[in-house]
Amino acid sequence: MSFLLEVKNLHIRRGGVQVIEMPSFAIQAEEKVAIVGPNGAGKSSLLLGLACLIERVSGTINFEGVEVCSQNEMAYRRKIAVVFQDPLLFDTTVLDNVAEGLCIRGMRRSEARDVARDNLELFKIGHLSGRSAHKLSGGEAQRVSLARAFAVRPQLLLMDEPFSSLDLPTRIVLAEDLGRILHESGTAAIIATHDRIEAFHVVDRLVVMDRGAVVQQGSPKEVLEQPVNAFVAAFKRTTVAG
Amino acid sequence: MDLIIEGISTALRLLASCDSEVVAITLLSLKISCSATLVSLFIGLPAGTLLALADFPGRRFIISVVNTGMGLPPVVVGLFVTIFLWRNGPLGFLEILYTPLAMIMAQAVIATPIVTGITVASIQSLPANLKLQIMALGATRIQMVWILIREARLPLLAAVMAGFGGVISEVGASIMVGGNIKGQTRVLTTATVMETGKGNFDVAIALSLILLVLAFSVNYLLTVIQQRERPR
Repeated sequence: MSFLLEVKNLHIRRGGVQVIEMPSFAIQAEEKVAIVGPNGAGKSSLLLGLACLIERVSGTINFEGVEVCSQNEMAYRRKIAVVFQDPLLFDTTVLDNVAEGLCIRGMRRSEARDVARDNLELFKIGHLSGRSAHKLSGGEAQRVSLARAFAVRPQLLLMDEPFSSLDLPTRIVLAEDLGRILHESGTAAIIATHDRIEAFHVVDRLVVMDRGAVVQQGSPKEVLEQPVNAFVAAFKRTTVAG
Repeated sequence: MDLIIEGISTALRLLASCDSEVVAITLLSLKISCSATLVSLFIGLPAGTLLALADFPGRRFIISVVNTGMGLPPVVVGLFVTIFLWRNGPLGFLEILYTPLAMIMAQAVIATPIVTGITVASIQSLPANLKLQIMALGATRIQMVWILIREARLPLLAAVMAGFGGVISEVGASIMVGGNIKGQTRVLTTATVMETGKGNFDVAIALSLILLVLAFSVNYLLTVIQQRERPR
């Protein structure tokens, strides 16, 4: 079977401590995976490692069958997108924030803005295009961050707890919209979360991590029916209504 | 009190008459201080960005040295630049001591640590993950640095203001390396010192007023740009 992204023997150390030890991990094209686990399980480090944003001690990352190395790291990053927990928007308008990734890829700003407008509409925030990105609510800012990531048409979207700072109603609506857009666009996605709402609206597969390693994976139903640890059991008890 | 009032009124008359010597001194002051600020930006911006982003042994020590340099006494700078440019000094062959070029060099030495230090602080005050976000958008290293500088542009304008403010108002280095030569290296600060020494308080007050207005005008202009830049 050919995978979109395949990882073998991935080891990552941060601050002198081994945070990821992953013999194998893979995701197919258009597949949506949620990585769940308690704080400190290594979810964020894994995503940063997969995006080649932090150094790995060892291991290989293959994308579309090609090994990612220092020579093609930037080209690889231009095929994926990352959404962080904090929206990390630039000090400019919403429209130019969404156009930025395209401008970085060499697209003329006027064309990039046209594409950006379409993506703002996709996330139902077209009316915010001229607003300063630093004057948005948490939910609006995260929608801009998602629109910016989608604007570059990534083959793989990596999201690190993108809704964790939002209130419950905003989280539910945004998770529904994101799930719909991901499925309509056929974009593969890996979302790190400890929120059942995000996991259930978005994913085909649930991967449970603890202390830097995968301890269980399967469909959300399979994982929740046979919780491997206390975290998964607690995750199961969480209701969508909160 | 009478001395001050009389001084101010004479100063205003002097300013209103656009005295040619005062105009020449003012223009030379602007030319020297703007040039020195530009040189300090040329050196300080990349150096500060490198210090803020790169990780290498001795980085903290260098940042401490830069931060100490932000308070360099102008007379100390003047002394060492004079020694360097002295006939037998390492840069004596340039033969630029007591010229405006020497004054630009001395003022640049004063302003560069200020610009570098504020650049380091400005870049480091950006969110820690912003660099990763920019890289995740597919930026090259140069694009990443450019975007970070763009993000820090408002605090960096403060670096320009602080750099210019530091050099337009200093007197120690200018008088030591420039010599306060009439028509050649006489600037507002050195002329003020000289006129005060001679007891010509009216002229000294006029020069001081020009210096204040000049410093205020440049800072006001930069402040307007800084505040207008912030999107609504």
